[in-house]
Amino acid sequence: MATETTTPERAPARGGGDPAPRREGAVFNVFSHGFLWLWALMVIIPVAWIVVTSFKTSREIASDPLGLPAALNWDNYANAWTNGNIGDYFLNTIQVMVFSVSGTMLLGAMAAYVLARYEFFGNRIVYFGFAAGMMFPVFLALFPLFKTLQNVSLLNTYAGLILVYIAYSLPFTVFFLTAFFKTLPTGVAEAAIVDGAGHYRLFFQVMLPMAKPGLIAITIFNIIGQWNQFLLPLVLLGRNPEDAVISQGLANLALRQGYEGDAGALFAGTVLAMIPIFVAYVIFQRQIQAGLTAGAIK
Amino acid sequence: MKHGRYPFILSFLALPVGLYAWLVILPFAQAFQISLTDWSGSTNTFNYIGFDNYANLFKDDRLVIPALQHTGIILVVLPVVTIALGLFFAFMLNLGGRSRQGRIEGVRGSRFHKIVFFFPQVLSVAIIGILWKQVYAPENFGGLITGALTAVGLPAPANGFLADKRFVLAAVIGVLVWSAVGFYLVFFSSAMASIPRDLYEAGIIDGAGRFQMFFKITLPLLWDSVQTAWIYLSIVALDVFVLVYMMTPERGGPDAASEVVGGVIWKYAFNDGEQAFASAIGVVLFFAALTLAVVSLRFGPRERIEY
Repeated sequence: MATETTTPERAPARGGGDPAPRREGAVFNVFSHGFLWLWALMVIIPVAWIVVTSFKTSREIASDPLGLPAALNWDNYANAWTNGNIGDYFLNTIQVMVFSVSGTMLLGAMAAYVLARYEFFGNRIVYFGFAAGMMFPVFLALFPLFKTLQNVSLLNTYAGLILVYIAYSLPFTVFFLTAFFKTLPTGVAEAAIVDGAGHYRLFFQVMLPMAKPGLIAITIFNIIGQWNQFLLPLVLLGRNPEDAVISQGLANLALRQGYEGDAGALFAGTVLAMIPIFVAYVIFQRQIQAGLTAGAIK
Repeated sequence: MKHGRYPFILSFLALPVGLYAWLVILPFAQAFQISLTDWSGSTNTFNYIGFDNYANLFKDDRLVIPALQHTGIILVVLPVVTIALGLFFAFMLNLGGRSRQGRIEGVRGSRFHKIVFFFPQVLSVAIIGILWKQVYAPENFGGLITGALTAVGLPAPANGFLADKRFVLAAVIGVLVWSAVGFYLVFFSSAMASIPRDLYEAGIIDGAGRFQMFFKITLPLLWDSVQTAWIYLSIVALDVFVLVYMMTPERGGPDAASEVVGGVIWKYAFNDGEQAFASAIGVVLFFAALTLAVVSLRFGPRERIEY
């Protein structure tokens, strides 16, 4: 360890430290690296293994779980896409999410902006009403929600599912964006007001563009959350299997696989469903990690 | 600018609040109401029967009692294991590396580890369920663990881990921990990043080892985050169901060995047509979550350390 340093202002009085802690440190390093790699492998191996398995024939899957496939069996992917309807499920999900995500963002930003920037009677009540929604166990509402949609003929429709997605995404979105709008500087807003901007122009032309980083983080969060939604479509979109969204369709495929025994197509479908999430994750992993964890920090 | 303030506020709040009240608040309120009736869910007639459903809840040894026990186990094990692993990994990645010139840094490759560890968090429960069901599958269905155990000559459960009463709950908890650790690693990492490095440098000068630094410096300063993580994981633990639904035989089996409260609500509501009884279980779950949140906020550290 060098005693001369390039950053003298940070260098402590004793550059090297005692030999004893250093030896302890070396053992500890091996141990901690070992653990980190062990966990990394525990994440990578099952995912990589299912990718490999998705190229095997059904016979290979059962007889040789650890081996490599004799040949890349693309049939599984063709089966998953056509017979397993994964392609349709993709389109269904996108159809729903175009509206549900933009609706969530628009309504969420509007509510959060007003709650963050305007003092009025009931402000706190509305805010805590939204925030409390993050804690509700969703099972409790499933059946009344089913009946509510049935009463207005929105059960088993995309419109109904879109409205429900928006409503159930609002708590976290409002909670997160309220905190974000509060951090924006007031100076710009005041200048805009002096220039004669009204409340609406101030929001759409000044505040929304300024809130862009927060809006992007929470949009990604909502895309992932709604893409992965399972329980709500299972209950509210259950009647026509061909209308299913991706997670639900995959679960149907898993159920059918029990009868038809086409395990290869199931894993190919699973991999297909993983790909968009994986690509989005690799590209946006910083924003995703920041967005997901920021909500947990009060 | 005072002009038109209230119309503006109203116009911006009406839609989000209306939708939220209609589809979130109202159904929850209705669930409370339903729990006081004998409604099956399919007819239009019902009577108010007071708290009978709640009284009968704890007499149901077929589903409710095992479910309460299992959810109780998950409620203890999931937060403890996940937070312990999350803290350990976060400490390693941020501060566990060699101290160069007395400075503290993370181990090499910490960015890579963070990306990998966090990945399960973005996968849907449906995907995780399918993935792990196959990992735990019996050998003649091509299970990964059973296959690997047999390959090195160790005994493996003949019907796989999920069809075995002894292993099924542990197997489910394992998957829950697997998917949650990455999130808390990143969560604790960002909290650790805000602890001033001077404190650790002072610790090194005073001859503190890594264990001491972790328990004497990091942990006390991270207490708020640990508490938040605890509440989050408790809510996750109470809501466990989809994974059980996707992975286990009979959606809670074998022999109710992996039955959880969420699954029992599901079964009574959508299989057995006992809507009122299902709602009563849900209300109990709701108050359990509320109590946990209040209690853990109450019994947190009384004084906040400023730095």
